[in-house]
Amino acid sequence: MKNETHNQTDTRESVTFGTDRNKDFSKEPLCLSGKDVTRIFQNGKTVTTAVDHVSFEFHKGELVSIVGESGSGKTTLSKMLLGLLEPTSGQIFYRGEPRDISTGAKKRRYWEGIQAIFQDPFSSFNVFHKIDDVLLDCINMRGMRNLSKDEKFAMMSDACSFVNLKFAELTNKYPFELSGGQMQRLMIARIFLLKPEILLADEPTSMIDACSRATILDMLLNLRNETGMTVIFITHDIGLAYYISDSIYIMEHGKFVEKGRAEEVILQPKASYTKRLISDVPKIHEPWDLSTVG
Amino acid sequence: MAKKMLEVRQLTTKYITRQREDVYSVDHVSLDIEEGKSLGIAGESGCGKSTLALSLMGYYFPPLHYTSGDIIIDGKNISGLDPDVVRKTVLGSEIAYIPQAAMNALNPTRKIGRFIEDVIRAHELPMDKKQIREMAEQRFALLGLPVDVLDKYSVELSGGMRQRVVIAVSTILNPKVLIADEPSSALDVSSQKMVIKMMKDMMAQGLVKSMIFITHELPLLYNVTDDIMVMYAGQIVERGSAKEMVFDPIHPYSRGLMNSILVPEEGTRDVKLTAIPGTPPNLKHPPSGCRFAERCRYATAACRFNPAAIIDFDIGRQYRCNMSVEKLREVYESEERNS
Repeated sequence: MKNETHNQTDTRESVTFGTDRNKDFSKEPLCLSGKDVTRIFQNGKTVTTAVDHVSFEFHKGELVSIVGESGSGKTTLSKMLLGLLEPTSGQIFYRGEPRDISTGAKKRRYWEGIQAIFQDPFSSFNVFHKIDDVLLDCINMRGMRNLSKDEKFAMMSDACSFVNLKFAELTNKYPFELSGGQMQRLMIARIFLLKPEILLADEPTSMIDACSRATILDMLLNLRNETGMTVIFITHDIGLAYYISDSIYIMEHGKFVEKGRAEEVILQPKASYTKRLISDVPKIHEPWDLSTVG
Repeated sequence: MAKKMLEVRQLTTKYITRQREDVYSVDHVSLDIEEGKSLGIAGESGCGKSTLALSLMGYYFPPLHYTSGDIIIDGKNISGLDPDVVRKTVLGSEIAYIPQAAMNALNPTRKIGRFIEDVIRAHELPMDKKQIREMAEQRFALLGLPVDVLDKYSVELSGGMRQRVVIAVSTILNPKVLIADEPSSALDVSSQKMVIKMMKDMMAQGLVKSMIFITHELPLLYNVTDDIMVMYAGQIVERGSAKEMVFDPIHPYSRGLMNSILVPEEGTRDVKLTAIPGTPPNLKHPPSGCRFAERCRYATAACRFNPAAIIDFDIGRQYRCNMSVEKLREVYESEERNS
């Protein structure tokens, strides 16, 4: 069993998508998709429909952004994608088949294929575990416990250099000794070691300043280009989404009001909500119209 | 020439750590703002932007300590004054400060109107409750805020409204300088726009005579402020008008910052982001040479020993680098040709 997973990961590693920013992903096999996915929260008499009949198709190797303001339901949707919440109705499909995470074992198997990076890097790590252990765990989790110490060390250095960190400087340190940007990069190093099929990044740059943000975004792009991972990027910043993604889903009040290729959605928006969202963002070449405040 | 509202000369402040080490996070900063103008301060986390904002108020509490320099607000030097005097005569009336998480600063057990009464009481102004209420209502109407907010508790308001209320309350005494430290970073884009519009309106109506706006969001600064100043490791590294700073940055660090701008506009996707490698220096032991040398692509061996001085090179433009402007421009041009 262990050998099997190992082989599987190896074939995955060989897939590379290169750096073509205009690749058409619709012909790639489906990785994660959903049909009429709905989640309703009920608290006494108040019923909140957080996610309302959304359908989506995420293809293999695609970098998808889900953009919405606070309260649009993007976090609820991401929890459902991760399998932390069950949809009230509707179905999520994994590799084209209905996703079954009814038992603990099935859940664990699903989680081998999906990993997440969260907003707050400071609370993403166990403060009692040293950085070496964090990375070592990833190698063990991939069923490579039997590798020699040197091989494991080489893999960990590799992962760190992928995110521009020096492994030699990190050994024997704890995560809280790093800055927010470095922690988030360490998180990406983890993902690089685990090589999941899907990565869900929930606002990974919102707590980091603009300069380190560019680094993190480029690393996510490289990660996708090198490993062919499907990346689901959840953000409220439409500028980031435009830079990084192949396709964009715009979410308002639990519904997708617009979806399509990044170029189309941003440069020729159709939904009035998308237009408003774009006009609300300060820009460099176009004037920022403050009179339309509503 | 317009009147100078705020003039800061060689201001230096330090933190004293528990190990009794001095950390100079604002190091010989000089700046001035004219009446009706706004200045944006940009820089990475930990570069001293927020400490500068705190230091400008002239109100210090441990671990932050005043070391040297002058802060002159509308001709009045407030540096070195007793904290109690500063609190009664400077804060609120001369200089107002909106901290980063301002909207969480409202006491949830008090109605908004009470905060305005507090401000008036703290300054010992001769006004009774009715007068205060009238003034508050007038001000809220002027700023386009619903007047019934005065009778609400902060928990009943949305984040954007809370932030606007905080700004309205802190500027009720028409301060000469308003310092806003990331006033919109916790808000979504539509609330951010409302907050910014209100601040711009306040400037236009003269309720606030000048403004310092701190954020790392460069597109926002570009649209809000007249001038932009970039800080690095406690020092100013470049200053210029917003347009000059975004389209023609001279210092390698500002250039790196401007390269990280992401906006939903045509062409953004094709830009190759060039991030600045490395991390800012530890200010407990600042480098003896240029503070940016460690991370600078163009640094020479001499840069590591020669501290760079801040130089005026054009009207309203300053930079801090050992290389001449012409030389830097030449390097950038040849780089662009090669790429």
